Amino acid sequence: MDYQFLWRPVFKALPELVDAALLTMEVSIISMIIGLSIGLLLSFGRRSKHFVPRTLSTIWVELARNTPVLFQIFFFYWGLGEFGIFLSSYVAVVTALSFNTAGYMAETFRGGFNAISNTQMQASRSLGMSFLQTQRYIIIPQVLRVVYYPMTNQFIWVILMSSLGMLAGLRELTGETMYFNSRTFRTFEFFAVTAVIYYIIAKLVMIAARLLGWKIFKGGKI
Amino acid sequence: MDPAGNAFTDLRWVDLLFLGEAAIRTIQISAVSIFVGTVIGVILGWMLASGNIFVRLLVNSLLDVFRSVPLIIQLILFDSFVSIAGFPMPAFWSGTIVLSVYTAALVAMVARAGIEAVDPNLRRAARSLGMGYWQDMRYIVWPVGIRAVFPSWIGVSLSVLKDSALVSAIGYLELLRASQILNTKTQESFKIMLLVGLFYFLMSYPISKAGDYIEKKWQQ
Repeated sequence: MDYQFLWRPVFKALPELVDAALLTMEVSIISMIIGLSIGLLLSFGRRSKHFVPRTLSTIWVELARNTPVLFQIFFFYWGLGEFGIFLSSYVAVVTALSFNTAGYMAETFRGGFNAISNTQMQASRSLGMSFLQTQRYIIIPQVLRVVYYPMTNQFIWVILMSSLGMLAGLRELTGETMYFNSRTFRTFEFFAVTAVIYYIIAKLVMIAARLLGWKIFKGGKI
Repeated sequence: MDPAGNAFTDLRWVDLLFLGEAAIRTIQISAVSIFVGTVIGVILGWMLASGNIFVRLLVNSLLDVFRSVPLIIQLILFDSFVSIAGFPMPAFWSGTIVLSVYTAALVAMVARAGIEAVDPNLRRAARSLGMGYWQDMRYIVWPVGIRAVFPSWIGVSLSVLKDSALVSAIGYLELLRASQILNTKTQESFKIMLLVGLFYFLMSYPISKAGDYIEKKWQQ
């Protein structure tokens, strides 16, 4: 092995990498918020009595869950060009990640709502609470408890998946690493440091989620 | 270049064949990785469920790395590492190795859950009937545990099938990379992307539905 490891270029680029990591977090948080909101709507849609919302949300969920996320990013980045729609890499990545997250979270929410028996709704309605009050004070808090852990997992997945933005030209953490790699050809060194950054981010997010969950659920089991 | 001066070609039937071959390569690399990863993952899962505290801590923190670093970075790192170390290998093999380890990291959690899903009293009963440790594993833990976690294993396999698309980043010509090549050649990106999406969907959806069916059947 006559390869000389050179770490200096990586450490010189560290401020840029940290900035790029912030972009990674930004993309992930935005995608997660959009994905969660649409996922909640889709889970209602899948339980709807009407044909149209039920079919549309089923199609969305199955497409999101049965195609690779990289394919979804490519689809939004290149696939729409034939219609003259050119999304920027940022928009394409956020759209694809939201699309994907919505599909997965819809199933998680569905499981969460199924876990709560229908008699609770009937009981609280007969006690004089309105539909929305029941959702707000009885159903949602219990659903949140069930979906909280899968939700934090999904968020870490989104952070990891956002690395694919590199292949659509987004300069988030991985894209920035690739950019420095192509200027210095220190592939191993750069990607090793980036791997460490991702690991730290994932751990920090997990610890924060645990603490938050502990606070929200008053020390109860998450 | 055709007489009209157009450098791009139209989408032809041959291109469909090209995509089909690439889809077969996607299935190949996924099948090998899922198989190898499952074998390793079950062993690791057994260590996680039955090992002492040091083994558990060691295996768990090791596998945690593979679950906390994006797959694409693992691929690029491994690919560049084997070149540095002086064993350059074809993209298929470096891709298979990384995907297998990644699969193993996911399957280990599934396998551990499977072993822990078996009621300890059931195992004590088996042992007190005179079964050895491995007999208990083979005739009690395996059949009961596999029923508990088979759906999760299907889920892991499907995600590996989909994640095999990332191997395109280190130059393996699988389905997604084939679509990129056709995109550049024909500029009919929408049709091609629809087609490729359909290919992936047709590979993944039947397996996921079959998994649901088996899960329901076993629950009866």
